[in-house]
Amino acid sequence: MDLAFTEDELAFRSEIRTWLQNNKPESPLKSMDTPDGFEEHREWEKVLFDAGWSVPHWPAKYGGRDCTLNEWLIYEEEYYASGVPGRVSSNGISLLAPTIFEFGTEEQKDFFLPRMASGEHIWGQGWSEPDAGSDLAAIKTKAVRDGDEFVLNGQKTWCSRGAFADWIFCIVRTDPDSERHAGLSYLLVPADTDGLEARPIGRLDGEPGFAELFFTDARVNARHLLGGEGEGWAVAMATAGSERGLNLRAPGRFVAVADRLRELVAGPEVQPRADLRGDVIDSWIRAQAYRWLTFETATRLNDGAAIGSEASYMKVFWSELDVHMYATALRLAGAQGELIADASDVLDDGSWMDGYVFSLSGKIYAGTNEIQRNIIAERVLGLPRR
Amino acid sequence: MHFAFTEDQLLFKEGLREFLAGECTAADVRVAWENEAGRVPGLWNKLAELGVVGLTAPESAGGMGLGEIDLVGLMEEMGRAAVPEPIIEHTSVAIPALAEAGKTEVLAAAAIGEATVTVVNPRAPYALHGADADWIIVEIDGELRLGASDSLPMEHQPALDGSRRLYRLDVPRGWGEPLDANPALAFDRGALATASQCVGLARHLIETTVAYVSYRHQFGKPVGTYQAVKHHLANAAMAVEFAAPVVAYASWACANNVPERSREVSMAKVLASDAVDLAAEHALQCHGAIGYTYEYDLQLWLKRAWALSAAWGDAGWHRDRVGRALGI
Repeated sequence: MDLAFTEDELAFRSEIRTWLQNNKPESPLKSMDTPDGFEEHREWEKVLFDAGWSVPHWPAKYGGRDCTLNEWLIYEEEYYASGVPGRVSSNGISLLAPTIFEFGTEEQKDFFLPRMASGEHIWGQGWSEPDAGSDLAAIKTKAVRDGDEFVLNGQKTWCSRGAFADWIFCIVRTDPDSERHAGLSYLLVPADTDGLEARPIGRLDGEPGFAELFFTDARVNARHLLGGEGEGWAVAMATAGSERGLNLRAPGRFVAVADRLRELVAGPEVQPRADLRGDVIDSWIRAQAYRWLTFETATRLNDGAAIGSEASYMKVFWSELDVHMYATALRLAGAQGELIADASDVLDDGSWMDGYVFSLSGKIYAGTNEIQRNIIAERVLGLPRR
Repeated sequence: MHFAFTEDQLLFKEGLREFLAGECTAADVRVAWENEAGRVPGLWNKLAELGVVGLTAPESAGGMGLGEIDLVGLMEEMGRAAVPEPIIEHTSVAIPALAEAGKTEVLAAAAIGEATVTVVNPRAPYALHGADADWIIVEIDGELRLGASDSLPMEHQPALDGSRRLYRLDVPRGWGEPLDANPALAFDRGALATASQCVGLARHLIETTVAYVSYRHQFGKPVGTYQAVKHHLANAAMAVEFAAPVVAYASWACANNVPERSREVSMAKVLASDAVDLAAEHALQCHGAIGYTYEYDLQLWLKRAWALSAAWGDAGWHRDRVGRALGI
């Protein structure tokens, strides 16, 4: 066990830290879930990509720099500590990309990965349906084979980034007579496909952060199938593993918030609150616990082990930590806590309220925390299903 | 950065677990509850033969010359088996302090388990197995002192865990001899070992409860099929999964004496104490009335869990210490 960072890792940290300091946009970008803000964030993706800092953990031929898993975790720490804009491409680079790496053909990798890394393709996720939420296997959207194409009919909902995305990764039912987990396929769909209509849905903060998608005889080329026809469930679960585990939410994001919370409670902007001190300390400790569990997991992955159902521990832990941190910050803010960005008295540009509202979605998306706890109980602890 | 125990460390841990499964059963722990010493007859000598008791002593003194990282997984197994011996005090705290201070004679006897050394300090003020120990190390006014236990007036203070034989010491001014070792490091080692035992206790509590609720039927099916039960156990398991790496990290911080050592040990104890508290609470609740009986073995682990969650600084005390280190 050697928990000191190597010379290479320290040099990597120093390099990304310096680059972020020198390239941080002068003023914050608009919300990525507004039309203007979306394009501003797309431009930021290009800035990252041109410097080789969009997807450093990917192979160089797809736009990365072949960095190690530990270096990627360091990158995430520095990224979120620096306060640069969030990643509008996260659905693609965090959720879809690991699946393309695992199941994609060479042609698909060559086409999709560089465009995803540069921000040319921003991806939305088309999984949930009106009657398929936690029970994802209840998917009804049909994709019927017609020569070289699939003809799609049905409805998707809660499609993250769906209002502005260029491509959507979908799970559809390619075998019309199938039920539940069988007969599903994973299909990559251009957002400008004829017969695909996106209707934005106002999120809790009022911004069109997700959308409903309506497919009416929408024709998609069969070469955009990811993995085999009828193997969609297995392919999707590989993505879900990424989503709940290492890929979507690395510890750096939470360590950065815990550090800001620590500065907030110790600083002059808020009243001393002895009653909240323990909550701040606990937030910091839990963020560190997530950090160390992740480095341990990274070592296991490097040593050849796979990440399994224990990924569910991570998703529950970080999502609940996130809510706890922002809720604590809003309490520290006292009467200013309910103010939003437009208020002149607002604390830290309203970022604590924005963060709080967004954090609440974390316990719902990627499989609710209740579903995750069932998975932990049944697949990790071995409790009987019925 | 490579966060993994070595093959040897994992094999030693696994071996100790198997050994304790045979040599320190629930029935053995019950014997310790009832006998005079509060210890399992013969177990200390067997642990000494395995090299566990003197693990932290230099090889020149008859030990194995190993450190906190080697020990942390073994302490977890001691917790899992609810071993009623002063192993934290003796092996984690006393032997390294004796080695640091160059007390070769006591060290040599302690390394082979011939002498037992217990330790008290302001966060663990009652001497565990004080009457049965040969030597006692006391932290007074920020310094460590060493003396023979029979030179100290002491009074037994019965504890809920019947094997935890605690003694209040009346330490006269100038008692014993100064022990030239770092008291803060000694404390951190004790808190770390306790945290590790808490992780092991919590794992046992969760595993036995999973087994019970899988077998126990109500309304025609195992009670473990109900979501309320599943979520209790998932929460306890999650707390343990996030405590264990921090305990391991804290062992590395102690072994390398990093500047943030005390803060990292305190983080480990916060997480481990909270985890074992949660595991104990849900284990009892998921067992129902059978868990509330004296006859059922669960009580042995519950009572040890409550004791060690609080021993060597409880979660609140350590949380405060982390806060002070962070400037809040």
